[in-house]
Amino acid sequence: MRRSMLFLPGNNPNLLINGNCLGSDAVIFDLEDAVAPDQKDAARILVRNTMRYMDFRGVEMIVRINSIDTHYWKRDLDEVMPYKPSLILLPKTGTPADALAADEYMTALEQKLGFEKNTVGLMPLIETALGVENSFAIASATKRIQALFLGAEDLTADLQCKRTKEGREIEYARTRLVTAARAAGVDVYDTPFTDVNDDEGIVKDAELAKALGFTGKSSISPRHVEVINRVFTPTQKEIDYAYEVMDAIAEAKAQGKGAIALYGKMVDAPIVARAQRTIATAEALGIRRDMV
Amino acid sequence: MDIKKRAAAGTMESSDAYVEIEPASQGVSLELESVVLNQFGEQIRQTVLSVLAQEGVENAKVRIIDRGALECVIRARVEAAVCRGREEA
Repeated sequence: MRRSMLFLPGNNPNLLINGNCLGSDAVIFDLEDAVAPDQKDAARILVRNTMRYMDFRGVEMIVRINSIDTHYWKRDLDEVMPYKPSLILLPKTGTPADALAADEYMTALEQKLGFEKNTVGLMPLIETALGVENSFAIASATKRIQALFLGAEDLTADLQCKRTKEGREIEYARTRLVTAARAAGVDVYDTPFTDVNDDEGIVKDAELAKALGFTGKSSISPRHVEVINRVFTPTQKEIDYAYEVMDAIAEAKAQGKGAIALYGKMVDAPIVARAQRTIATAEALGIRRDMV
Repeated sequence: MDIKKRAAAGTMESSDAYVEIEPASQGVSLELESVVLNQFGEQIRQTVLSVLAQEGVENAKVRIIDRGALECVIRARVEAAVCRGREEA
C-alpha cells in the first residue's frame, strides 16, 4: 500500500534515520538530485548502512539511483541491492532500452546474491518528453516494472515551459502516464508538489492526482505526507458504498438474478471492480468492515 | 591497504559525524570530540576501530567530530573517509 512516498536526501543522516517515523507509506532514499557529485560515494555508503542497520518495518524502502547515462548507477545498485529495497526508481527513463539496461544489471546482481529474479522491483521515473511519449512501451518493457513515476520538474524543463502550481503544463503527461500504466497493469505515482509552505495547494494537487487515477503521490516534504495519505485513503462514504455493492452482488447471485440496481443505478462490472479496489485499499490500511 | 592521502567525510550537522583521516606509520591514533563523549565515547571509539579493522587499515591518524550520530552513520562516515584516503592523490 503506497499512498505517499517521501524523498529523503541520501547524504543527510538527520532525515534518513528519522525516515521511518515521518508518516509516509514509503521513503525514497535519493542518491541522485539531492546529492552533490562529490558526495555520491559517501551518500551511497550512508544509504546502504541506513538500510542495513535501521528498522523500517511498515515503511517501504525505495532508492532513487543515478541515471544510466552516469558512471554512478551500477555502484549505487551494488551497494543497495543486498538490502532488498522494494523498488529502484530509475531517473530519466526515456526508452524501454533504458529500463532493460537496469533490469539486466539487477538480474545479474540478484543471481549473484542468491535472490529470486524480480525480488527488487523497478519504477521508471518519466521526466522527459521522450519518456512520456514512450510511457506504455517503458511500462511493459519488463516484468520487473511495478509502477511509473512522473517527475514534473525535469519534464517541464525538457518541454521548455514554466512549472506552475496549477500544473496545466503537465496535464497531458499526467493523463498519458496514468493511461499507459493502467494499460500495462502497473501502478502510477504523481510528481511532488514543491511549495512546502502552500497548505491549500498540496490538497488541490493531491486531489487532482487522485481524480486522474494515480495510485499515490510523492513528496519532498514531511509536511505534505499527512494530506497525501488522507486524500488517497478511501472515504467512509466510499467504503460503505463498496460494501453495499458487494452485498448487492452477493444477494443477486443468491437469487439467480443477472442484473441488479443499487440506489437506482445499475451495478455493472466496472462498479464492482471499483468497489473491490476500494475494499482492498481499505483492508490494506487496516480498515475492516466491522469498523465501518 | 593503508591510507595514501588526507581525506574527510561527513558534516558537522546534527546527527552526523565529521571524520578526517590521514596517513600514519605507527598504528592507529584516534582523536574524538563528541557531544555525548561521557556516555558513549568508548562505544564510538570501538565502532571506529571496528570499521578500520574491517577495512584493513593498520596505520592512520583519525579525527572525529561527532554531532550525535547513530552508530550506522559513524560507520558510514569512517568507511567513506577511508575509501577517499585510499584513492591516489
